Amino acid sequence: MTEESRKRTVHAGKLGFSMRRRVREKCIEAMLFASAVLSVAIMLAIVVMLVKESIVFFQHVSIWDFLTDTEWTPLFDNAHYGILPLISGTVVSSLIALVVALPLGTIIAIYLSEFAPFSVREMAKPFLELLGGIPTVVYGYFALLFITPLLQSILPELPGFSLLSAGLVMGIMIIPYVSSMTEDAMRAVPMNLREGSYAMGATRLQTALRVVMPAALSGIAAAYILGISRAVGETMVVAIAAGMQPNLTWNPMEPAATITAYIVQVSLGDLPHGSIGYQTIFAAGLTLLLLTLVFNIIGHMLRKRYREIY
Amino acid sequence: MISGILALMVAVLTFIALFAHMVLDGAPRLTWDFFTSFPSRRAESAGILSAWVGTTLVMLVTAFSAVPLGVAAGVYLEEYAPKNWFTEIIEINVTNLAGVPSIIYGLLALGMFVYQLGFGQSILAAGLALALLILPVVIVATREAIRSIPVAIREGAYALGATKWQTVSDHLLPYSSAGILTGIIIGLARAIGETAPIITIGALTFIAFLPPSPIKSEFPFVSFEWLTAPFTVMPIQMFNWVSRPEEAFQLNAAAAGLVLVVMTLAMNGLAIYLRYRMRKNIKW
Repeated sequence: MTEESRKRTVHAGKLGFSMRRRVREKCIEAMLFASAVLSVAIMLAIVVMLVKESIVFFQHVSIWDFLTDTEWTPLFDNAHYGILPLISGTVVSSLIALVVALPLGTIIAIYLSEFAPFSVREMAKPFLELLGGIPTVVYGYFALLFITPLLQSILPELPGFSLLSAGLVMGIMIIPYVSSMTEDAMRAVPMNLREGSYAMGATRLQTALRVVMPAALSGIAAAYILGISRAVGETMVVAIAAGMQPNLTWNPMEPAATITAYIVQVSLGDLPHGSIGYQTIFAAGLTLLLLTLVFNIIGHMLRKRYREIY
Repeated sequence: MISGILALMVAVLTFIALFAHMVLDGAPRLTWDFFTSFPSRRAESAGILSAWVGTTLVMLVTAFSAVPLGVAAGVYLEEYAPKNWFTEIIEINVTNLAGVPSIIYGLLALGMFVYQLGFGQSILAAGLALALLILPVVIVATREAIRSIPVAIREGAYALGATKWQTVSDHLLPYSSAGILTGIIIGLARAIGETAPIITIGALTFIAFLPPSPIKSEFPFVSFEWLTAPFTVMPIQMFNWVSRPEEAFQLNAAAAGLVLVVMTLAMNGLAIYLRYRMRKNIKW
């Protein structure tokens, strides 16, 4: 409001002033509301965009072929459109990542929440947070040029690109997410449960494993599920270190492509807008979105539950 | 107890190995020329000039779009929103958006910004894609910062006849600004390192020129031509170098990665420090 208009509102008398004021308040509220609704609009836009291009794709390729064909070669002359090789790559790399991240993340969380002295916690938490902030492309570089040669000195037959090294690095990358959410869940368990356990003569470890962990179970489960969802959606590490060849395999020693790596591979080339190759990345993206959405919704529900218990 | 320390050591050692490996390979490449040269076919004379300029401009777009929208949405959800099913939908939706893989935002940007709205493979499209990506971070940080302000502050303002917006703009936003800033910095640090959505837009090209300057010597002194210019960013440049077989380029990748890691660590560190100071200083 300028000085001029402010004078005018004062002159307009008390009624006009409160009217103006109310209109202004309503306008501001409407603007804030619009910003909040924008987040819903973004979600809708994502779904509409993916579904729209996928529908065109599924007019070319039957859903049955998409789900059962064992080859994914959309850019070849003899094109096959089976999502299974991409799913297998995603599942194998995610499993390796989880085998690393879940146990290590849980142990770190138990240690920080139940055992660590205050000073160690104050140091470790920001450190883990920093670790979680390192760009994924840097982790990809690390997997390809450090972990793979390191593994090759132990397993000489390991190829230059493999699901194993991508998965391992992805697991280390996810540790901070798992540990910080697990720790939050464990610290939300009230102190008197622990005190009761100590009073019964339990040791710290017994208390942590048999009292605190079961009490924080749904929160820990949520942390695991959100960790899974991150592993499934992770892109750069697998695109760099696992090679980008779709390959229906369950062997972590082979190179393969994940759903995300395929999208990257196509985007690197110059596919014309509206071609079938262009539509495949949207169909692959839709599959990925559905996978992660299921995990996220379960995780969200579990987290809500543990917050409400105490 | 010991296994806990061991597990923590795994994380620490990985970090040390990552950093040491990058420093050993990349540090010799970090000369002044590296920052002031364009990428080149010859690894020794290649640099990151177009990459860091691109990153700066993309971040400008991201910050200018994500911050107002995110803060406004956060204020609405925390102070205005009625408790009903629609608010619940918005809240669940924000949580879900935070869990959507970043490459999906890239697909959205590709379909919507690049083709439907016709922005092309430009700084504008990339900046907006990253803005959508960090919107949930800004919203959640704003909400938490505002929530931690005691109700008594609001009641005091209302008692003096302030309207809701006056309460928000004169009291709640200033008092929560440090918390919101922390969230913004963390969000931008994430956006700087994001590679996948920008690759999806199709921005992996050989860029050996700079976008038109935003400042002009003649009237009106500012120009927005750069918004529609083709570009490259730091993580893309690094990915490009990593995926080349020649070792000389991989040294460049290490150097670019080092710059990138130092940037994100500095931003995250600043955010952690701000939060730490805030916790110490503010006593309601």
